[in-house]
Amino acid sequence: MASEEHYYHSVRLDKDRCTGCIHCIQRCPTQAIRVRNGKAIILAERCIDCGECIRVCPHKAKYAERDTIDIINQFKYKVALPAPSLYGQISRVRDVNLLLNALRGLGFDDVFEVAAAAERISDATKKFLKENKEIPRPLISSACPAIVRLITVCYPNLIDRIIPLHSPMEEAGRLARLRAVEETGLAPEEIGVFFITPCPAKITAIKHSQENERSNVDGAVAINDIYPALVSQLGKLEEQEDIQHAGRIGISWGMTGGEAAGTFSEDSMAVDGIENCMNLLGEIEDEKLSRVDFVELNACMGGCVGGVLTAENPFIAKARLNHIRKYLPNSMNSVSDGELDEVVTEKRPEEIPALRLADNLQEAMEKMNRLNELLDTFPRLDCGTCGAPSCRALAEDIVRGYTTEQDCIFRIRDELAGSALKNAVNDIIPPPFRKKEE
Amino acid sequence: MDPVKLHYDISGTDFTTAGEASGKIKKTLKSLGFSPAIIRNVTIAVYEAEINMVVHAGGGEIDAYVSPEKIEVVLVDHGPGIPDIGLAMQEGWSTAPENVRQLGFGAGMGLPNIKKYSDDLQIESEVGKGTTIRITVLNK
Repeated sequence: MASEEHYYHSVRLDKDRCTGCIHCIQRCPTQAIRVRNGKAIILAERCIDCGECIRVCPHKAKYAERDTIDIINQFKYKVALPAPSLYGQISRVRDVNLLLNALRGLGFDDVFEVAAAAERISDATKKFLKENKEIPRPLISSACPAIVRLITVCYPNLIDRIIPLHSPMEEAGRLARLRAVEETGLAPEEIGVFFITPCPAKITAIKHSQENERSNVDGAVAINDIYPALVSQLGKLEEQEDIQHAGRIGISWGMTGGEAAGTFSEDSMAVDGIENCMNLLGEIEDEKLSRVDFVELNACMGGCVGGVLTAENPFIAKARLNHIRKYLPNSMNSVSDGELDEVVTEKRPEEIPALRLADNLQEAMEKMNRLNELLDTFPRLDCGTCGAPSCRALAEDIVRGYTTEQDCIFRIRDELAGSALKNAVNDIIPPPFRKKEE
Repeated sequence: MDPVKLHYDISGTDFTTAGEASGKIKKTLKSLGFSPAIIRNVTIAVYEAEINMVVHAGGGEIDAYVSPEKIEVVLVDHGPGIPDIGLAMQEGWSTAPENVRQLGFGAGMGLPNIKKYSDDLQIESEVGKGTTIRITVLNK
């Protein structure tokens, strides 16, 4: 199957923990997982790093490759970029400054809120929507990297609808480095900028940026990894500096609806959950939503507070964000007309043609005919015992030349029925697959 | 080479699943690698015809024939038929019942949209017998 090296992914498999069960293959939204020889394998070109498999694996065999906090020591000056979702993780923290100071206590020289950069993106989005009325609607947010990747794999004709503005994380990385250079006089490469991430998709977006030639961020530390140390720092905090510089809009980006609300357009809408997002993207493809101006899509339920690398229940985290933002100004950051170019992306996401059966139409059609023939002979139970998520996926794997019909347990049953073992067939195969005498 | 054939039986009673066949045709065209514009045209045209079939005719059958040159979709129903096709083709002309309109359908744009998004549209209809619609989208 496709090479693993070609596409970097944060989402990985711990072979020792994997039992070869089929929970992950049936949950993966892009059908990117198969089970072979008792272990799951991830198809690199299809994986979008959404983390659904991490969420569902009962054996914790799926994980997100990420940096440990020691990585910051490779740099002379270290800056933390907390995701807005971090603010909702810890109980009884009503003052964002408290949290940001505690974060600095983990070894960072400076903290730059991604929420502050998000407010600039909100402002730029508002302006972009107003100034580019000719682009077909709706435009789609660029903030969730799992969604951007999903579009490049499954909805490539919507790539042009992704708003060409930086994600708040990239914008925060750029501004944080600029500020650090200015304040310390160090060279840009001596400054380490680290995202405190709620999800694996953001880690992939740092290693393989879809918006910049090279990411403005040097690494990512998971919220759930630093959580215990952060809580203990909060207890030790003596004096605190006023470093908070984001308002309601920025903090609201941590949950579903925050980004859409930040556009101040009645024609914006927000969706969360990968399946809901896929349904909506289908509607956009069929031009059923052309009256909507802007769509915020979050792969995780609840938005970033629902990320698989967070520490707190997403509903509790969301309630806390609502509390924290309550007495803050609406927004503390904006983009002047002269700065608008700075938040426009360097490059556009590229199509990943993973779903196509072949490069040319003739060959693809031959394969499709064969696929449909095969499918007619399969039981359509989607039982997963062949290691593919559905009968259709198995048929597709066969016509792509990855495997054979012998993977289907029903084929084995049918073969046994014609052999000397025919009377024993029902004793050999599991109950759901036994054929009732008629 | 044989065209790729797809067949769907459309239920006339289950309104909530209307649109499934056009969705499946779209998925097939995507994995074959047709251009986004062609896929959009086929999907929208078939979707409209599929909805009509459910709203007016109590369901029917859809057959799609996909070849490198064109995509042809034939929708056959045994519903009430269309008394005046010329009238039905007019934008805004609708005979959809009130409960369907409440769901946002029945704006009288179905047939005009099919024509708009296809290269050829043939309608054969007999009152009391049913309607056959042939939609062709050329792969150009």
